[in-house]
Amino acid sequence: MTATPSSASAALPDFMRRDRAWHPPAFAPGYKTTVLRSPKCALLSLDQGPGEKTGPVFQASMLHELDNDLVSNYAAATGSKGLAIGERIIVHGRVTDECGRPVPRTLLEVWQANAGGRYRHKKDTYLAPLDPNFGGCGRTMTDENGRYFFRTVKPGAYPWPNHGSDWRPAHIHFSVFGEAFAQRLISQLYFEGDPLIPLCPIVNTIKDAAAIERLVAKLDMGEQRPFDALVYRFDIVLRGRQQTFFENKREGM
Amino acid sequence: MPVEYLKETPSQTAGPYVHIGTLPSHAGLPVRQNETLNVVEAPGEKIVVEGIVLDGSGAPVKDAMLELYQANAKGEVGDATIWARAGAVFETGEWRFDTIRPGALEWRGGKMQAPHLTLLIFARGINIHLHTRMYFPEDEAAQASDPALNRIEQIHRRRTLVAEKVKDGHYRFVIRLQGDQETVFFDM
Repeated sequence: MTATPSSASAALPDFMRRDRAWHPPAFAPGYKTTVLRSPKCALLSLDQGPGEKTGPVFQASMLHELDNDLVSNYAAATGSKGLAIGERIIVHGRVTDECGRPVPRTLLEVWQANAGGRYRHKKDTYLAPLDPNFGGCGRTMTDENGRYFFRTVKPGAYPWPNHGSDWRPAHIHFSVFGEAFAQRLISQLYFEGDPLIPLCPIVNTIKDAAAIERLVAKLDMGEQRPFDALVYRFDIVLRGRQQTFFENKREGM
Repeated sequence: MPVEYLKETPSQTAGPYVHIGTLPSHAGLPVRQNETLNVVEAPGEKIVVEGIVLDGSGAPVKDAMLELYQANAKGEVGDATIWARAGAVFETGEWRFDTIRPGALEWRGGKMQAPHLTLLIFARGINIHLHTRMYFPEDEAAQASDPALNRIEQIHRRRTLVAEKVKDGHYRFVIRLQGDQETVFFDM
């Protein structure tokens, strides 16, 4: 893709529509904070222009070699030699689009609580202690085939004020850019077998059980690292790009 | 049965601690201290865009994280796309981008759009990011034929996408999530 004013970017194929009934609705009163933060007007549907069909390009050179190792990256950055406390895990998977095409060289950012359920954030005051060797911030980039992995410790569950004290299941937040603005996505990864998943008001903002299942990472014993780490598999799907059949514009648009 | 595709991974809120992964120094982590993702270094006229996100009661959304996408000064995207990210100040909810004035970007079929910034809003209580645009108050002529603004049936709502000029090169943009002056949000 080149920086031509236009025609090149304007002629790129469109992305498939986002299925808004599959995603959680803006207004989901079981999660109380949504009540005042949800628009009441319908979203304005508009065809995609070049700005929506392209996106920022991140270079692998921006990454530090420990960016995808949350077990050691915080200690290394703060001059300690320790490792994070908790159950060592590796999360791996593929980023593809809805047509099954791999999404190569896309930036994936992750953040999470420590093994006790405490975030290293100036606004988190939960009584579980901070881990001096855990920051909870990582990032990586997919390879040519859309594959990614990172190492961390399994995050703990924690309470939050909603319906009295609700409890979040163990989760890792993730952010992915894709190849274009239209594919931008931030979501959360849960872990297979966690009994808190069906009780969580944030999980339950999603109405379709099949959609919730897509956020649950599966234990991958085939890839376990013996005497080292358990492994979870988590695939991510971004919006698919349509094929070009004729010219990618309509009369009068 | 229609042809089946894979389904997009569903969204979940970015949560109150989104800054740990996206703006770690803003969260208080002593890492990536030299990152200033809300400051754009690119050729063009330097501008400041400041603002606030308000909830349905008029209170500031103090934990919001915003992303900016725009064309460069020549109206180009692709490799030229400018991207930036800012966190609201926890005490006040104010955010700020130091960027450059975008050129007019092409639309479909050779038509042009008025110069604009695209903004995404992520926060606790926002289940899937909100997508809006900021236009410049001095571009009225170009806005008269802008395809996005013209798509807004309720003409009085178009002005929710036009920033206020504080002084030359300095704009203020208030994003209202809900209420009488609710900002227009897009599904594109």
